[in-house]
Amino acid sequence: MSYAPEVRERLEKDAKEIIGRYPKPRSALLPLLHLVQSEDGYVSDDGHEFCAEILGISKAEVVGVSTFYTMYKRKPAGEYHVGVCINALCAVMGGDQIWEELSEHTGLGHDETSPDGKVSLERLECNAACDFAPVMMVNWEFFDNQTPDSAKQLVDDLRDGKDVRPTRGPKRLCTFKEASRILAGLPDDQAGEGPSAGGPSLEGLKVAKANGWKAPEA
Amino acid sequence: MTTLTPVLTASWDRPDSFTIEGYGPYEAAKKALGMDPDAVIQAVKDSGLRGRGGAGFPTGMKWGFIPQGPEKDGTTKPHYLVVNADESEPGTCKDIPLMMANPHALVEGVIIASYAIRANHAFIYVRGEVLHVIRRLHAAVREAYEKGYLGTDIFGTGYNLELVVHSGAGAYICGEETALLDSLEGYRGQPRLKPPFPAIAGLYASPTVVNNVESVASVPSIIANGPDWFASMGTEKSKGFGIFSLSGHVTRPGQYEAPLGITLRELIDMAGGVRKGHQVKFWTPGGSSTPIFTDEHLDVPLDFEAVGAKGSMLGTRALMIFDETTCVVRTVLRWTEFYAHESCGKCTPCREGTYWLKQVLKRLEAGQGTEEDLATITDIADNILGRSFCALGDGATSPIHSSVKYFREEYLKHFEVGGCPFDPKKSTVWGDR
Repeated sequence: MSYAPEVRERLEKDAKEIIGRYPKPRSALLPLLHLVQSEDGYVSDDGHEFCAEILGISKAEVVGVSTFYTMYKRKPAGEYHVGVCINALCAVMGGDQIWEELSEHTGLGHDETSPDGKVSLERLECNAACDFAPVMMVNWEFFDNQTPDSAKQLVDDLRDGKDVRPTRGPKRLCTFKEASRILAGLPDDQAGEGPSAGGPSLEGLKVAKANGWKAPEA
Repeated sequence: MTTLTPVLTASWDRPDSFTIEGYGPYEAAKKALGMDPDAVIQAVKDSGLRGRGGAGFPTGMKWGFIPQGPEKDGTTKPHYLVVNADESEPGTCKDIPLMMANPHALVEGVIIASYAIRANHAFIYVRGEVLHVIRRLHAAVREAYEKGYLGTDIFGTGYNLELVVHSGAGAYICGEETALLDSLEGYRGQPRLKPPFPAIAGLYASPTVVNNVESVASVPSIIANGPDWFASMGTEKSKGFGIFSLSGHVTRPGQYEAPLGITLRELIDMAGGVRKGHQVKFWTPGGSSTPIFTDEHLDVPLDFEAVGAKGSMLGTRALMIFDETTCVVRTVLRWTEFYAHESCGKCTPCREGTYWLKQVLKRLEAGQGTEEDLATITDIADNILGRSFCALGDGATSPIHSSVKYFREEYLKHFEVGGCPFDPKKSTVWGDR
């Protein structure tokens, strides 16, 4: 099997734009893998083949690269890919309990997708938001300061198709496929939405302002 | 008493801080492009800026290593600037909010750094798991192009620069600069043997500077205000300001921008103290790869020299603070699982060593180990340290060695009681409620 002609045409157009940004075409491989993931919700056999063909490298080389990186999925991720940080700090602050309760609540384990294709779960390593611990991500948007209850509510809302807003992110949560397209280097127009910085990011600045502390004058 | 010095974080409470209107015209880039490139490098050298990605190598010196002029065979290779925005070290959470709230400081820094090293192509390699940050970077780059700050003939000087935002795909190892370069070339992110260093043979085997986000973003302020201004902050050998990231059991975790040399005691005080009714048990000065400290070290000045002298590393100023409810064995196990998961597999000591550390630590945490296991994990760690291409393996040994040094009794306690003596619920955010 391979992509239908109209799909292939569309992907080729995007792929050429991406490849054109780099001094050497092979540098576009990671973005292209995100691109095919935006089509299929995972890196499919077709996706691997497409990347290989367009870059003129072997499929084995493409598979060798895609399997190295955890963000490329080998089977379809859910429409909403939900991650719980279980690295040391988040785990201690409650991430372990969130994971246990959420996994039991959904009946899903690590890297498993619900039968209806709505949600998948992943145990995440540190996502660089430790001051917001415990942290969760949905389609790589931040859901800060979670509790077991808020985590279960979040996943229930996602399954029920309710509006869900990231803590620091756009008004509308995009799908896993849409997120993959942004990662391919083809952003949507939501950059202006959401706060500049949230909660803990501003604590130091608040203390400085309250005390009249500033960097020295030039 | 040390006071905070917001520079990079100063605008974060403004709703438009991430837009070009909110940031303002690129005056520092304009000034730099009117200077000789070598004078720009000299200014950064004079400022004393040291890499903010963990290693603390002098930034201006790194730029100065890029060979200028033709090669021996008369050809000239292109030069590249690559920004390491792959922030993934456990505890480190400064570059992500910086790029979300103030991406133009980074883009302006990229222009100045690229001009200084004579690069016409630059890349921001950002970790993939931070979608909104990636949107903000793309938007900032687009705005800079629209204003003519990127592209051709920037500020009418004839200088050209292309800047690409490149998203990674989930691999801690790509924060290692040579693995990052392999990844950016479209390969598995595995470290290269050094030398040759990237300054000689980096991206596409061409001279390349790889700099951390915060390092590059600090450059516009140095050009605008002068190297002496920057050097007036900090300590003798660790100049300037840096973002200190407090997380864990403190009242107000967050980002605190301060001169290097501030102490954790001062920072915890600013953060409203350790969470109520508890005390500091152990902490990391700069992420999980830096040996842990205890409450004995609260007054160590957080600069490269003082932290090093006490047996740890300043790293990325990722201050993870754990109180007395936290089991150190459990915490070290989780870090070790991380290193085992993220080891790229290239070097045997790291690949096999982290795997076995994980196995033995699991047994220890479950209270099924023996005192001999402590010798085993120390021995494994000794056999990883210094025996792999990159610092990931070395980093994996830091929590092992330092926790056994400071908390040997706690490991032993696990065998005595035949399990973990701590209640994990007590350490959670809601444990006291």
